[in-house]
Amino acid sequence: MISLAPFFDNSPEPVRQPLRFRANRLSPVARIAYQTAMTDSVSDLIACPKCDVLHKLPQLEKGAQAKCVRCGTVLMAPRDGAMTRIVMLSITALILMIAAVFFPFLELSVKGLGRKSSVFDAILAFSEGLMLPLSFAVAALIVVLPVTRFLALIYVFAPMALGWAPARQAREVFKLAEAIRPWAMAEVFIIGVAVALVKVAGLAQVTLGPAFWAFVGLVIITVLKDNFMCRVTVWQTLNARSQS
Amino acid sequence: MSGDGMANAERAQPVVTARAAGLVGCAECGHVFPVGAERCRVCGTRLVSRDMASLQKVWAWLFAGMVVYIPANVYPMLRTTTFGRTQESTIVGGVFDLIDHGSIGVALIVFVASVVIPVSKFIAIAYLALRVQRGQPGTASHFHLYEFVEFIGRWSMIDVFVVAILSALVQLNFVATIHPGIAAVSFALSVAFTMISANSFDPRLIWDAPREGTQL
Ligand SMILES: [Zn+2]
Ligand SMILES: [Zn+2]
Repeated sequence: MISLAPFFDNSPEPVRQPLRFRANRLSPVARIAYQTAMTDSVSDLIACPKCDVLHKLPQLEKGAQAKCVRCGTVLMAPRDGAMTRIVMLSITALILMIAAVFFPFLELSVKGLGRKSSVFDAILAFSEGLMLPLSFAVAALIVVLPVTRFLALIYVFAPMALGWAPARQAREVFKLAEAIRPWAMAEVFIIGVAVALVKVAGLAQVTLGPAFWAFVGLVIITVLKDNFMCRVTVWQTLNARSQS
Repeated sequence: MSGDGMANAERAQPVVTARAAGLVGCAECGHVFPVGAERCRVCGTRLVSRDMASLQKVWAWLFAGMVVYIPANVYPMLRTTTFGRTQESTIVGGVFDLIDHGSIGVALIVFVASVVIPVSKFIAIAYLALRVQRGQPGTASHFHLYEFVEFIGRWSMIDVFVVAILSALVQLNFVATIHPGIAAVSFALSVAFTMISANSFDPRLIWDAPREGTQL
């Protein structure tokens, strides 16, 4: 399915020749001329965002992947219907998030006393006094930021999936979605739940509620969705679509 | 044109960077522009060939993260009241409680997330930043260390979530109640600050470590 072919394999085609060989053979003077010539056609070059190595933009088949020769960062990963899938998965994730927040998450019972709590309760756990900021932080990390990210991705990709021009401010919104990425911690929360369950196991009987499974589904969908996204490819597409 | 570091790095692995070719690459989308271009035409990000100024941010946030990590370990993370008796436990205390219950695996998860990851992150970020400042060009393994630090940081939040869940769940009046301790706040801050520190690092510096003041 996904072939992890590096950019510059041993293909005999001259266009695919590694840029490095051409540049390194040049003398300093020639090199300056080479640079000047290159600035006119820099649009077919790409610099790895993580290590700055220049690559010539490859013509990739759908499903293929191009990685940086030096650091291995995925530079191009065009997929068939990637945008439609990202939109569908984001919508599913939003629906699951609503279920996850308001349905009971865990139920605890001990000696006839029972207590159901939702994700909402976990957020409110810190709502007393000094802990209030932490309450906001937990709400942001497990609900607000993931939801913002799903909405942003729908805003950016839905028009393009339908074949329309990108929405206004699509660039800013996509940048926001990328900036939020490390701060959306739904999957970390799930591991936290597992640890909490073990901690109370001796104290009381714990039952998993429907919201727990909604949350697990949400995490799986987030991981699937992020697999369809390659930042550089998205920018290439956004750029191409907004010019036409 | 380029520093000594660049020459060394290129000898080790024959590649041309945008910087060496007199170009500047966008750190967000990878598009390439001639030196002197201010903003990326494609995504609007400010163009910097190597963000040396990022190191100051890295150090500031790293230092803040280390400072708040101290109270996070000294003060209690959880206050558990069972049948009127209150017990306080710190991060490390919580790990020992889990071992006493026989949950070695979970104790290990909490210990790794709350102690091993934060401490090794402090060391790793400081090590990488120092190397760049000394002008030592790095290799792929230094870059992978950075990638790992950036990836693993968020997982340290586990313990904060555990405290939130337990406090929400265990409210059984007389039988048992659990309240969060002040360490939960400082621990969450420590994780956030170190995440910001790692995110501010311009990874392109790791490869060629240009000396301060060198021109493009
Ligand atoms: Zn790279
Ligand atoms: Zn850009």
